[in-house]
Amino acid sequence: MHTIKHQKARSLYPTFERKAPGADVSHYCPGCGHGTVHNLIAEAIDDLGIQDRTIFCSPVGCSVFGYYYFDTGNIQCAHGRAPAVASAIRRTHEEAIVISYQGDGDLAGIGMSQIVHAANRGENITVFFINNAIYGMTGGQMAPTTILGQKTVTTPDGRHAENEGFPIGMVEIINSLQAPVFIERVSLAGAKKVMKARMAIRKALRNQVEKKGFSFVEILSPCPVNWKMTAVEARRWLENNLEPVFPVGNLRDLPKGPFDKVDKKKDSRMSDRKILEILGVNEEEVHAGTVQLQEEQNVKIAGFGGQGVLSTGILLANCAIAEGLKTTWLPSYGAEMRGGTANASINISHETIGSPIVSYPNVLMVMNLPSLDAFEDKVRPGGAIYVNSSLATRKVRRADVTAYHIPASDMANDLGTIQSASVILLTVYALVSGAITIETLKKVIPLSIKRKNLVDLNMQAIEAGVTWHRDNCPKP
Amino acid sequence: MSLEEKNFIEVNPKRCKGCAACIVACPNGCIEIGSEINQMGYQFARFAVRKCIACGMCFYTCPEFGAITVYQKPRKGA
Amino acid sequence: MGQHLMKGNEAVIYGALLGGATHYFGYPITPASEIAHAAADLFPRCGKHFLQAECEVSSISMLYGAAAAGARVITGSSGPGLSLMAEGLSYLSGSELPSVVVDVQRAGPGLGYIWPEQADYNFIVHGAGHGSHSGVVLAPNSAQEMCDFAYKAFELAERYRCTVFILSDAYIGQIMEPVELPRQIKANPHKDWALYGDADSRHNLLSSIYLKLEELEGHNLHLQEKYRLMETEIVDFEEILTDDVEYLFVAYGISSRICHSAVAELRKKGIKAGMLRPKTLFPFPSVRLQQLAGHVKKIVVAELSNGQMVRDVQLAVQGAVPVDLYNWMGGRIPSTDEIVQRLKKDIATG
Ligand SMILES: Cc1ncc(C[n+]2csc(CCOP(=O)(O)OP(=O)(O)O)c2C)c(N)n1
Ligand code: SF4
Ligand code: SF4
Ligand code: SF4
Repeated sequence: MHTIKHQKARSLYPTFERKAPGADVSHYCPGCGHGTVHNLIAEAIDDLGIQDRTIFCSPVGCSVFGYYYFDTGNIQCAHGRAPAVASAIRRTHEEAIVISYQGDGDLAGIGMSQIVHAANRGENITVFFINNAIYGMTGGQMAPTTILGQKTVTTPDGRHAENEGFPIGMVEIINSLQAPVFIERVSLAGAKKVMKARMAIRKALRNQVEKKGFSFVEILSPCPVNWKMTAVEARRWLENNLEPVFPVGNLRDLPKGPFDKVDKKKDSRMSDRKILEILGVNEEEVHAGTVQLQEEQNVKIAGFGGQGVLSTGILLANCAIAEGLKTTWLPSYGAEMRGGTANASINISHETIGSPIVSYPNVLMVMNLPSLDAFEDKVRPGGAIYVNSSLATRKVRRADVTAYHIPASDMANDLGTIQSASVILLTVYALVSGAITIETLKKVIPLSIKRKNLVDLNMQAIEAGVTWHRDNCPKP
Repeated sequence: MSLEEKNFIEVNPKRCKGCAACIVACPNGCIEIGSEINQMGYQFARFAVRKCIACGMCFYTCPEFGAITVYQKPRKGA
Repeated sequence: MGQHLMKGNEAVIYGALLGGATHYFGYPITPASEIAHAAADLFPRCGKHFLQAECEVSSISMLYGAAAAGARVITGSSGPGLSLMAEGLSYLSGSELPSVVVDVQRAGPGLGYIWPEQADYNFIVHGAGHGSHSGVVLAPNSAQEMCDFAYKAFELAERYRCTVFILSDAYIGQIMEPVELPRQIKANPHKDWALYGDADSRHNLLSSIYLKLEELEGHNLHLQEKYRLMETEIVDFEEILTDDVEYLFVAYGISSRICHSAVAELRKKGIKAGMLRPKTLFPFPSVRLQQLAGHVKKIVVAELSNGQMVRDVQLAVQGAVPVDLYNWMGGRIPSTDEIVQRLKKDIATG
């Protein structure tokens, strides 16, 4: 009895129902290299026993219908994006075998960024790059790999380096990266070369099974139709013209990947309870008391970046929450921040807060002179202005507001850190307005500041503020 | 000698596109393009000369799916 | 209950993780970067996956891949990034893959600047990218809603197999407010159509190609039917003082916060103002607007753009009542007072 030595791979569908009912021939032109590569990949999938695990990412190009043929998981990707799609699949299923199959327009043109970065991350995927030096599907336009002098419909006089640049060598580019484990260029020019291609394809897939990392195989492949040759001539032309520009051979074959992938599997079984804990869902809140506000507080805190303006605003908002009040905090941000001034808008209310924007504050805390100049006129009549008089050297000019000139930076300096000046202002504001209590402030500070010595300094700043208030603000 | 004692290949006439890649690939010149035309309109390849060594070169070179099947003769003593 | 003071941009990540998110892919951009920062911190700590992509073209393609693989996947960006995502968004719709995309709108066009605008409305609400497609568009107006909407977004995305957009803006992203976190983590269900790299899912194909005219037409009709269903099933909005309203504001996001304050001020002055705030911009609350149009004197659409949502409002009320547009561009934000004065003047001049 004869035995079958070579036959159609099991990883190719018996009939291509997605193409047409009962179809059993490919959509490729006669002599096209894509089919040869498909056969080689399918055989390797069979032999490695990975058919169930394989997810085949089809590109846009003549091989867009890879899913007609491969009896594996299939996804069709946007032009050039298959490596990004494949990376994400890899990062979703540790055990899947992910193949990105791409043409030269797809990979070396529109998708250059995706392939380089997937390679650079050392994704444990396998990329098969079909270099036929032309855009097949769209009718024979120039590809990034079209060789000099090669005529295409968009380079009718042949490709000229002056205008279109030089053909791109993808394996050479990939070889400039540290992460890939396997890089080889092969050719379909003749039977022996096809057998070499077969070995490279198998190796590139086996590497993935062994979780070695990123493997890249460039396959010089005939496109007889757009090269305007017979299939046999095309193979000869490939050998005589493409191979000199794109030398075949292995550029890298590392015994193991360049890094040990972190085992994410342990983590992904993290319990819901643990996650809730990490997110602080069930954290106790500091509930110090219930303050009755005289009126809604529309606070603006302004100063140099680095004076703790934004964080003091957050501290105030946190205190308001602890008092059982509603609050919003909105930063100034962007170029202003780099320019050196920053401000935060904080609203505190018993009611739901509509606009978080404080255009006309009834409370202004200014840490420096430019801020006083900028916001003094905006304060609503009857409002209060708290001035860091160490740096804002002039007095508040308005008569229809209450002004507190507190040498906060000097006081903070005496304590040992200029940083806490804004907390001194906040303390005086708390005592004057009654919007938050000192007790709450003292409870909230340790929760919002990590460093112990800073907590102590801020506690001292609060005391300094309390003393200043006692000495300078007459009891009503 | 009968076919029983030799390696051979089968070309599925319905799947062959007559590109002749296999003909160039075969080290022993076993394959030729016939004169018949298949449903797709191609003159398809056929196994002609019985010097096949079942090397698979034609099989691996062929761009079509399942156009070529390679059969190996029974091993001696098997 | 515990209240956490956090930025809208952080809250959206808390909501997503509690909503069962498994993957985050994104590229930094102000004013959305805190989303990526929070995700980079919290996703890995919660045993989930975070990756900074090389660009938004890639991050949206990664959403495509991860969604196809059954993940609950989310990204955050702003206008320039969303423009790059148009390709992937169209593919996601075409292949009917569920994912969540946060747009923290900034001022454009071009690089513009990082201040708030609401000028991505047309682009996002009426189908970002080529083809007749859309997705659910949620419009949060607080840090709490950034969390809540992200929390429920995956279920919506999977129910309709579509993209769910969280259309926010620079202020709603940057604002810090107390947020009450949901107390339960939603589970990511198994999907029959997804690719798991196993025998059961081997026969699945995710693709947006339809080569036969009837099939592509059918696919389009199917998508449109889905969008129509959304209109009857998930329209959501908030009404403020609409019982006796005469002057109805329609606003979303940060604009709705300012209008809310304006309504309160106007009421103090005896003007019967109210507001309808769409929480879903797609589907749009057209039916409710039609009803309200029957008994208001005027509708004022307030938005930070050249006037984009106003068209949907006009379409809904069909000329039944005058629709005015109060709009600001380039990052300018109105004060409450500005809106109050303007409406008072408009009423006085008829
Ligand atoms: C964004 C985008 N631009 C352009 C196209 C049109 N297009 C389809 S295939 C293709 C070129 C494919 O060439 P290649 O990757 O070399 O594959 P081949 O067809 O040669 O196998 C182009 C430009 C597209 N589908 N999408
Ligand atoms: S156009 Fe070229 S690449 Fe495309 S199927 Fe035909 S021969 Fe193959
Ligand atoms: S290589 Fe395949 S398709 Fe081409 S002639 Fe030979 S059998 Fe036919
Ligand atoms: S198996 Fe080898 S010897 Fe036999 S026909 Fe094919 S190429 Fe020729």
